[in-house]
Amino acid sequence: MNTGYNFAYLDEQTKRMIRRALLKAVAIPGHQVPFASREMPLPFGWGTGGIQVTASVIGPDDVLKVIDQGADDTTNAVSIRRFFARTAGVRTTTRTQDATLIQTRHRTPERPLRADQILIYQVPQPEPLYRLEPSRAETRKMQALAEYGLMHVKLYEDIARLGQVSISYDYPVLVNHRYLMAPSPIPAFDVPKLHRSSALQLFGAGREKRIYAIPPHTDVEPLAFDDHPFRPIRAPRSCALCRSSDTYLDEVVTDDRGGRMFVCSDTDWCEQHR
Amino acid sequence: MNLLAARDLGHRYGAITALDGVSLDLWPGEVLAIVGESGSGKTTLLDVLSGRITPESGTVWYRDPAGTLHDVHAMPAPALRALHRSDWGFVRQDARSNLRMTVSAGGNVGERLMAQGARHYGRIRAEAERWLVQTEIDADRIDDLPTTFSGGMLQRLQIARTLVTNPRLVFMDEPTGGLDVSVQARLLDLIRTLVSQLRIAVVLVTHDIAVARLLAHRLIVMQRGRVVETGLTDQVLDDPQHPYTQLLVSSVLQP
Amino acid sequence: MAYVAVKGGERAIDAAHAWLAEQRRGDTSLPTLSPAQIAEQLGRAVDRVMAEGSLYDRELAARAIAQAQGDLIEAAFLLRAYRTTLPRFAASRPVDTGAMLLRRRISAIYKDLPGGQLLGPTYDYTHRLLDFDDADPPPAPQADTDPARTPRVPDILGDEGLLQAEPPSDAEPFDVTREPLAFPAGRDARLQALARGDEGFLLSLGYATQRGYGSTHPFAGEIRFGDVCVEIEPPELGFAIDIGDLTLTECQMVNQFAGSKTEPAQFTRGYGLVFGQCERKAMAMALVDRAMRSAELGEDVTAPPQQMEFVLSHCDNVEAIGFVEHLKLPHYVDFQSELETIRGIRAQAEPADVNDE
Repeated sequence: MNTGYNFAYLDEQTKRMIRRALLKAVAIPGHQVPFASREMPLPFGWGTGGIQVTASVIGPDDVLKVIDQGADDTTNAVSIRRFFARTAGVRTTTRTQDATLIQTRHRTPERPLRADQILIYQVPQPEPLYRLEPSRAETRKMQALAEYGLMHVKLYEDIARLGQVSISYDYPVLVNHRYLMAPSPIPAFDVPKLHRSSALQLFGAGREKRIYAIPPHTDVEPLAFDDHPFRPIRAPRSCALCRSSDTYLDEVVTDDRGGRMFVCSDTDWCEQHR
Repeated sequence: MNLLAARDLGHRYGAITALDGVSLDLWPGEVLAIVGESGSGKTTLLDVLSGRITPESGTVWYRDPAGTLHDVHAMPAPALRALHRSDWGFVRQDARSNLRMTVSAGGNVGERLMAQGARHYGRIRAEAERWLVQTEIDADRIDDLPTTFSGGMLQRLQIARTLVTNPRLVFMDEPTGGLDVSVQARLLDLIRTLVSQLRIAVVLVTHDIAVARLLAHRLIVMQRGRVVETGLTDQVLDDPQHPYTQLLVSSVLQP
Repeated sequence: MAYVAVKGGERAIDAAHAWLAEQRRGDTSLPTLSPAQIAEQLGRAVDRVMAEGSLYDRELAARAIAQAQGDLIEAAFLLRAYRTTLPRFAASRPVDTGAMLLRRRISAIYKDLPGGQLLGPTYDYTHRLLDFDDADPPPAPQADTDPARTPRVPDILGDEGLLQAEPPSDAEPFDVTREPLAFPAGRDARLQALARGDEGFLLSLGYATQRGYGSTHPFAGEIRFGDVCVEIEPPELGFAIDIGDLTLTECQMVNQFAGSKTEPAQFTRGYGLVFGQCERKAMAMALVDRAMRSAELGEDVTAPPQQMEFVLSHCDNVEAIGFVEHLKLPHYVDFQSELETIRGIRAQAEPADVNDE
């Protein structure tokens, strides 16, 4: 294990500051808690929020899994997993059921999580309203007053123009019937997995300096209309490797003549189901 | 019972007195016009009545549908904003400032319904369509952007967007200002019809005596922050008592 | 399987890092650059990296520049990541730029002034001709140093009441590295963020104010560059002790202000203070600082340099490079969702075109 740095890189004072933010986030589900995000040895936008949250909750007995796009072997997942192996010396795994902590970018694992697991999402944009209102001073006010009509107008416009809601990832959800939350850029397909999950779900946005959380068993509802209900989208195929027909699939281009193959994005799930 | 009551309002901007001892009452379904030249304090009065400006002295009371009185300037911000989205409405001279110009006409009208919790797309759309027709906009313009609308249409769209939640009280600031005379006449006629059909109370600010005569039941004449004359519209305009009112009335052609 | 090849994997990362190290070293028949050489001969680069890395250490900055192959933003990032783990022992007392040991001091608003104009080492009057002479320059002439009193020029205006005074405060300043920024931000937080901000971004915004986007009518009241001593006052001692020197560049812009009913007409100040010799940055910072005061001074806010939230949210290059460059991380899961959505929408519009297997 590398010397010269504290366990899991961050100094204990910083960890305490982040844990205070996490406690507040858990107490107010879906509410974005500002925190004094630190510069990390990885660039902002590459998972610094998730890394800081992981560094603040990880202990020597934890078993860590890191995924990006559902896969354990994508470059950024490898880089972050190595970072913690080096700075915290913890055990790592690719098996979802063996992990106590899972840091993720853009996916929620297919396998339902347990109460003794924590899922940590990397978040590029914590404010779900930012495309409609770029001023964070203004969106904070809208969040405080629960004024979310603007987001419904966006859904209305999509249906009027395109016949359906066009948001396919980072789908806005209402948490605990109160706060509008960005679930991070997971596909809309994953959104139902957030609802009443047994695991604690933490969200870290390093560059934007926000932390938020979904405590276990919390209601998480995607915004929708009664007559245009939320539809999780996936490619209507089966995995070419494990034959799963209800998982999220990656489309892999196999040649330049239109050849395609579909395989599970959750590589661990796929391997365990072949 | 009165719907809105103001008592002894006072407000200054530096050395300028904008409001000085202004009191008024508004009754359900009543259209009250505030007339005066620019600088007379009428727009400040509208902003104070609607809770947008807190006056230096005096109180504004609003009676909610349950009969409870609320001190408008002591209400928590969320409650006041909720009031502005439901029981109250605001129609401005510049419709663009009140509309979302990048959102379709239907979305503009539907927004207040969605803000109130409406979650059925088909019903929201049907209601938006009904209001477009009520305000004399072709139903097939429902998916068009307001940027393609004429000035008179924009103003009618703003009215549809405001009235869709059936407000009890609407504040109007020069609603026909800046429009051609023929467009103005049509719009005034529409406002008069809707307001009387729906029994909406209106506080109307205008510098145009003809607009006040056409729409208002009652009139308040303001000069330098003070109410100089008040009474039934016809009575005040046909038999003005205060020299300033006489000047205002004589400066426009009689109908 | 073909698709495995598109994924990185541990070995690919190791190989990429090895290649990077080799490329960084370059031709091994040439000697390695030492941090000391960089600190001595690429001083402006070191200054910029210290400023944007917000860590005053010439040796570390020089090392970072070498490690980053001269990519100065990458070098600033290395310093930031190092700095963030350092414990804090104390907050220094405010440095006194009025007592600066000057190497350069110019004012554009007075022909001459107490202490005089001091040009110092500057490119301002050089001809930008590439120099093909590699010989060491002759030593520069030495002046008889006259420790004359050199008051800061804005203080001269201030004594007359013509320059708006800044309200004095003993409160501990906001720390942008320890607290998340909220808007509207105080001037202490604004100045800190600008001092760490990207030189290029501030230069462009400052330039925009001169072209009418948030005009501030600036005069370069004074620019000074030199050394100041840093003092801390440990509570157990009860008096200040000198812990070292900093080289700083300070720019005070004097800007027009019409005055109001309650205030007499007076000039206002835009302020810039940067580590090292970063005159361009200090000037741009002063322009943008003043532009961001538009709202408080009752001026119309119409242009990006005047919009505090816009400036402060985007001036940090370490944040900016991370997020811009994160676009090269895999996004195929989101893209797949977009593909399915767009296929769905197209299928709805043209049902005849659907040919599902």
